[in-house]
Order: sequence, then C-alpha cells, then structure tokens
Amino acid sequence: MSTVIELRDVVALYGSHPALAGVTVSVERGEIVLVRGPNGAGKSSLLRLCAGLVVPNRGVANVLGHDLAVERELVGKRVGLLGQRNGLFLDLTAEENVRFWGGLCGADSVEMDQAMRRMGITATLRARRVGAMSTGQRKRVALACLVTRRAELWLLDEPHSGLDTAGRDELDDVLRTAAGSGATIVLASHESERADRLAARVVSMSGGQVVP
Amino acid sequence: MRSSGTGAVARCVAGKDLRIEWRGRVVVNQVLPFAALVMVAFAFALDNDAVLQRTAGGLVWLATMFSTFLVVQRSYAADIDDGALESLRAAGVDMQGVFLGKSIAVMAELLILEIVLLFVAFVLYDVEISVGGLGLLVITMLLATLGLGFVGVLYGGLIAGAGYRETLLPLLVLPVVAPVLLAATRATESAVGVAGVTAADGWPWVGVLLVFAGVFGLGGLLSFGSVVEE
Repeated sequence: MSTVIELRDVVALYGSHPALAGVTVSVERGEIVLVRGPNGAGKSSLLRLCAGLVVPNRGVANVLGHDLAVERELVGKRVGLLGQRNGLFLDLTAEENVRFWGGLCGADSVEMDQAMRRMGITATLRARRVGAMSTGQRKRVALACLVTRRAELWLLDEPHSGLDTAGRDELDDVLRTAAGSGATIVLASHESERADRLAARVVSMSGGQVVP
Repeated sequence: MRSSGTGAVARCVAGKDLRIEWRGRVVVNQVLPFAALVMVAFAFALDNDAVLQRTAGGLVWLATMFSTFLVVQRSYAADIDDGALESLRAAGVDMQGVFLGKSIAVMAELLILEIVLLFVAFVLYDVEISVGGLGLLVITMLLATLGLGFVGVLYGGLIAGAGYRETLLPLLVLPVVAPVLLAATRATESAVGVAGVTAADGWPWVGVLLVFAGVFGLGGLLSFGSVVEE
C-alpha cells in the first residue's frame, strides 16, 4: 500500500480562525476512511484542504505525492471532491452534465455511458433537467461525473444526505467497488452507523483537531 | 483524471453555455426585448430624426453595454447555482480554456444582439450606410464585441462568489468599458457618415478597439485562474 494522504500537524486558517488546528492523519491507497465529528469540527475543511482548495498555513501536507504548499494546483486533476453542493449545471440534463465533465477530461462515450449505468441513471433520468431532479438523483449524477473523471482520491462530504435507503445502498456498493479498483475514499458523514459499516477506519474530529 | 488542453476545454465550456442559453432563451426572450425597448424609448424621448440619426451609434452601443451585464450575469448564474464553477477550479480544469469558452459564448450572444439593435436603428432612426461604411461597421462590431466579452467574463469571474454581484458588475465594468463605448460609437458614426465624418475617419477608433480587445483578452487569459480563486 502507498500513502495517498499524509498530513502532519497541519494548520489552516480562515482569517484568524483555525479551521484545522494541528491535524495529523494518513490514508493509504484503496482505503475507505470516515471522518466524523460535530458541525464545525473541521471535516469539510479537511476535505477541501485535501482537494487543494484550502492552503495549509503550517505543517506538512502531502496528497497523492504532491506537497500542497507548492503543488496545490496539481492535486485537483487527480481528486474528485463532492461537497455539499453537487457542482452540476441545473439547466442541463443528467446526460449533458456527465458528457460535459467527461468531455473535459477526454473520456469517451462508452465510459460515460458506463458511469451513468453504474450510478443507476436510467434512460428517463438521463433526459431530465438536473434542476427538476430530487436531491438523491442529483447526487447520482454528480457521482457519475466523478466516475467519468477517473478520480484517484474521492472526497465526499455527506454523500448519503438526500438519498433514500435504496440509493444509500447503491452508493455504498459504488464506493466499495471504486475502493476495490484502487480509488481511495474519504467521506465526512453524520450517518455514523451506515458510514461505520462502510469505512475501514474512522477519524474523529473536534475543534479542528483529530481526537481519539 | 486525464486533462484536456485549452482548446478542448474552451469548446466544452462554450458549447455548455450556449446550450444553457438555447434552453432558457434568456437572451432572446428577455435581453433582446429589453435592448430593443431601450432603443424605442430613446426614439420617443428624443423625437427628432436628425438627433436620432446623429446619436444612433451611441444608442446602439449603450444598449449593447447594458445588455452585456445581463448576458454575463446569466452566464455565471448557471455556474454558481450548484457550485459548478468551484468544482471546475477544484478539478484542476484549465481556467484559460474556461475563460475562452465563456467569452466565446458571451460574444456569440452579444453579436446576435448587436445585429438586431443595428437593424432596429436602421429602421427606427432611418439611418443609411454605404458599402465602404459597412466593412468598417462589421469590423467595429467584431472588435467591440471581443472587448466587451473579455471584460465582462473577466470581471464576472472576479465577483462570481460575491454577494450583490448583480449591482457590483455594472459598477466595476462601466468605467472599464468606457473606451469601447467611445471608440465603437465614433467608428459607427463614421460608418454611417453622420455629421460630415467619413468611413476613413473611423479606422483610428478601430485601432483603439483592437488594442483594448488585445489587452483584456491577454490579461484575462493570464489572470482568470487566480481571479476566480480569489
């Protein structure tokens, strides 16, 4: 196994407020890791830091072999971040969204079709405008875009929210399959029981720090 | 993730923006009628053929400039609603390609708008144009559109994450595009030959438009990534 995320005593400030206050954590390739904690614990900041969107002010932060202090922009191409918003275009259909994101990274039509099938996006759903979809359906489209991009590290913020039970089961299957094929998955979730079953390891956070 | 070059990203983004516009028809159903109404309102307000013919060029470009704000805001609204712009940035997508793609889409919409506005001016204000003037007018339209498009997309990206962006955009962009308004108006007046000026008098203004478009095109390409990040 190789280390995908290695953070040592990382501090990240939002103004003068420390969103991350000395975080040390490492994640190996193919692992599914759950980041757990109350609101404001620093879970989303940790994911955004790993995606290269937050600058570390102190400490050592390596993601996929890139030092975030100097190569932050190189990380984004290899990471898929699904935050609290889905990053979709609401006026486009599900299929147009997947083809847009696939087109940006040179995916072919077969790969895009496979990604949509894998996420349970039916022919009817493909032609539906994303703005007219339920939260769960939008999440599926966003995940299909992530699959199309072939991200090596998936950073998912509350991925189960808005999904019904069947959708959550499907999502868990997708995440296990992705991890089985080499993707590393870090998810922040309040769905502790479900996420506990899915994750190989749990990292608890509070006040911007990792706690035992 | 595999990554695409600037040209491929620009094609994807321009195609996406134009598809969104085609689906929503905001330019056709809202911006065009707004701009045409501005032209009609001027006709009623001035109510003098000689004055209208003298000011037609300025009115067309004034209406185009106001419409640019609406087109640019619409272009970014689709990217901001569900955090797509941030996702593009997070995914390490070539931001030069995003800048070019968004500019191409905005410019295509503005060109259609300008053609309609000029048609309205010719019909409503009884403006006439010579063959020599037509060439000058076409080049003026193209260069002014480049300038307005580049500035609009660059500043639209700058305030994409800000509150009150609907009112911020005109405040920031109006002073910057003043040279476009001036140069395009003078060149258009030369093209239609009002107040004794000829088409030849318009070409120095075309030079101004060319320099403006070049500066903001290059500046936008170089700075758009960091502008959006801020």
